[in-house]
Amino acid sequence: MDGFEPKIIGFCCNWCAYAGADLAGISRIQYPPNLRMIRVMCSGTIDPLYILEAFQKGADGVFIGGCHLGDCHYMAGNYKTRRKVSLVKRLLSQLGVSPQRIRLEWVSAAEGQRFAQVVTDFIGEVKELGPSLLNQEAARHG
Amino acid sequence: MDKKIKLAIGLGSTCAGCDIAILDLKEKILDLASLAEIVFWPTAMDFKLSDLERIGKNEIDISLYHGTVRTSEHEHIAHLLRERSKVMIAFGSCSCFGGIPGLCNLTSREEIFETAYKETPSTVNPEFITPQTETTQDGHHLTLPELYNDGKALPQIVDVDYYLPGCPPAVELIERLLPIITKFLETGELPPKGTVIASDKTLCDECPLTKENKMISKIFRPHEIIPDPKRCLLEQGILCMGPATRGGCGARCINALMPCRGCMGPTAEVKDQGAKMISAIASILGVENEKDLSEDEVEKLLNQIKDPVGTFYRFTLPVALINRRIKEGG
Ligand code: SF4
Ligand code: SF4
Ligand code: SF4
Repeated sequence: MDGFEPKIIGFCCNWCAYAGADLAGISRIQYPPNLRMIRVMCSGTIDPLYILEAFQKGADGVFIGGCHLGDCHYMAGNYKTRRKVSLVKRLLSQLGVSPQRIRLEWVSAAEGQRFAQVVTDFIGEVKELGPSLLNQEAARHG
Repeated sequence: MDKKIKLAIGLGSTCAGCDIAILDLKEKILDLASLAEIVFWPTAMDFKLSDLERIGKNEIDISLYHGTVRTSEHEHIAHLLRERSKVMIAFGSCSCFGGIPGLCNLTSREEIFETAYKETPSTVNPEFITPQTETTQDGHHLTLPELYNDGKALPQIVDVDYYLPGCPPAVELIERLLPIITKFLETGELPPKGTVIASDKTLCDECPLTKENKMISKIFRPHEIIPDPKRCLLEQGILCMGPATRGGCGARCINALMPCRGCMGPTAEVKDQGAKMISAIASILGVENEKDLSEDEVEKLLNQIKDPVGTFYRFTLPVALINRRIKEGG
């Protein structure tokens, strides 16, 4: 898909993934500008509603970044995240939205390089998928 | 009381369970009859659409509409009723949220025609003739309502004053309409617009079973387990929509030891019943030491939920944030 720049909403936890993104920034590691990041205290606080709403409002992909399993600042938030994200993927694929449009990654505060790499990879994947049809559907059905 | 209100009961795609629920008022139906003159109720009496069309603007005091808006005729009835009624109530889950017929949003009109008029083994239709909204046969012009691609809830079509959810609404909730009607008759006063005639809290709040904050790792379908009649069904592994569902039904299903299917829709704070239920399930479906679980094992755990849309949005797909199946990559 030439010239298509996907709109990707990212939810990143304050303690790991967001800090990792920060590190990527400080270290001047380049990654494409398609990600619009929202900081949350813990990936476990990401309500499935946020993901659905992002798609409903026209996102082409949703990226979720949390701490590595076992490293959650709040003990077990990311286990919940893992289950939630898996359920939302199942739900969306039943609704005809490719589950590849959601990416869950564990990124520590020290992994700036990895953050840039997984985000770049994900953006590429969503580019392959093309624009989300939900955007047009929403417009059609008012 | 000699003054009576004019009451109309109209319908969309309905199973008529909502009509039966009104008749289930039993002797109280006489109270209703003494309060109200019924000016339109095609399921129960011999009314035609033309009877409704003859009624003037705002001449009906209260109208109830049950069923999903699925065809152009359903939409027409909704508009007619709205124009002619001072107060319009969405009656039953189909009307409030789209209901079970709203699950049609998982497919499309073309696919439905394809199945019904072509693929079913009992169908012989080589020319693939499907219902048309207009046709002329031997000089006669015939029309049919148009089947819409999407099922819709009443508030997506017209302005709705009150909601009385339930599939069908519980008799105790329908009874609550009677004092509202009486008060309206005597004083002209009505509850605030948008009132949902039900509880404001979740079903779990009124559920008689005990929650122990236990995790579950196995999901049972209702026929696979004889549940402990005192403990929360969800905590016994039976998918119960209680945490994501509005109370008010008197926990009817739970009292029969069947899980809640969510017919009362979500509470006012919840924007999307399915999202709420996913959160609830994500908190409880797991094992104590999850670090040891591989991704595959987690997937296996969640794979036990076979039909997320049908389970989480059984009654509310048309009003969900993402309210129909789209076709991405087929
Ligand atoms: S809400 Fe339930 S009982 Fe009422 S019409 Fe719909 S399916 Fe039937
Ligand atoms: S989940 Fe179901 S069984 Fe458990 S408390 Fe809530 S309503 Fe009752
Ligand atoms: S228990 Fe649930 S499904 Fe049963 S009537 Fe109440 S809200 Fe509806």
